[in-house]
Amino acid sequence: MSQQESLYEKLGGEAAVNAAVDIFYRKVLSDDRISSFFEDVDMEKQAAKQKAFLTMAFGGPHNYSGLDMRAGHAHLVERGLDDTHVDAVIENLAATLRELGVQEALINQVAAIAESTRNDVLGR
Amino acid sequence: MVTIRYAKDNFELGENQSVLECLTSRGVPVPFSCRSGACQTCLMRATVGTPPEISQQGLKDSLKLQNYFLACVCHPTSDLDVALPDDKDIQAAVPATVKSLKLLNSEIMHVTLECHVPIDYRAGQFINLFQDPSLGRSYSLASVPHEDDHLHLHVRRLPQGRVSGWIHEELRPGETVEVRGPAGDCFYTPGNAEQGMVLIGTGSGLAPLYGIIRDALSQGHTGPIRLFHGSRDLNGVYLTGELRDLVRQYSNFDYVPCLSGGDVPHGFAAGRAHDVAFQQIPDLKNWRLFLCGHPEMVKTAKKKAFLAGASMKDIYADAFNVSQSS
Repeated sequence: MSQQESLYEKLGGEAAVNAAVDIFYRKVLSDDRISSFFEDVDMEKQAAKQKAFLTMAFGGPHNYSGLDMRAGHAHLVERGLDDTHVDAVIENLAATLRELGVQEALINQVAAIAESTRNDVLGR
Repeated sequence: MVTIRYAKDNFELGENQSVLECLTSRGVPVPFSCRSGACQTCLMRATVGTPPEISQQGLKDSLKLQNYFLACVCHPTSDLDVALPDDKDIQAAVPATVKSLKLLNSEIMHVTLECHVPIDYRAGQFINLFQDPSLGRSYSLASVPHEDDHLHLHVRRLPQGRVSGWIHEELRPGETVEVRGPAGDCFYTPGNAEQGMVLIGTGSGLAPLYGIIRDALSQGHTGPIRLFHGSRDLNGVYLTGELRDLVRQYSNFDYVPCLSGGDVPHGFAAGRAHDVAFQQIPDLKNWRLFLCGHPEMVKTAKKKAFLAGASMKDIYADAFNVSQSS
């Protein structure tokens, strides 16, 4: 009887995050609905943040609290960040996983984790 | 017992403690966010000692080689002296004698410096050169250690530039200046010798690229090395003789001077350097990129290169920001 694998393990752990991060970030940068939020940011620092976000959404090890999420996005909320933008990010996340051949059931679990941060990200 | 030394203070590392926990619990303001080795907010550098490999995971090769590490996942088993990336006092100022000054074109001066104490650098990094203790500017290194005896800089004269104006008009061979450095992570790292390299530079952005190219060739890089140097017109082009000699000498090296102004003679490409480069190499998957010079060019080219398939870790850039005080 093997121990039950976590979502992070099922997805392939850190290697899966590394495979996904560039694809995901390219989608986000090319998406006219949200790309303006990524103008004038240091791309390298942003890529590292995307990696931290994907690690969390994949159910991997992280230490983000709701408070961190609020503080990290407050300046974007001021610039008009709303539900439609969170929808766009979650869509891009799902499309990235589909491109990598991940099963829909697992994609739904990842999307649910991302979804759980929505209220904190939008500061409400 | 492991000791972490930061800014002359010694801290004992507790059992199972990370360097981040050790420092922040004692009041050192190290920025952090994810605390799991992903977001790179807590980037630090070991100035003495070697950080554990696991604390360097996900960092660019040029940062690993300079002993940068992520403090939140760093559990060293031996002592480390550490600094934050923007701590300016990591290096002492070194006096250097000006050996020669020679114009490369109407606005760029080739400066060679002999440091009184040799500095350990990599081609493509930059140093700060001081006119007086409070007035210094960053210049990239075009020289290659072990190949060139002195440091080589290409100093472009800026309108109202205080330091560049002084270098062009007042500085003389034999005089002594102060330099501090090196710094920067835009340089060649050995390994993956067959990887293709695209180098795009505008103006004196050619300086680091000229160093990086010769460094890569001398280290036996076998993959294609393609240089695109951009300027408005023929007046801004320089080192063409030296670069064409390299083309004859190395079959894997290729040089395309690009002119964005109107008149484009034979042997030059028409257009901005990054546009020409991305037209010629539309798919940049698995290529290594070096982008140096005008900040707008660097920013645009970085994004385009990434969208054209280059991995973020393979993009090395140095934007030549002009100091606000000129």
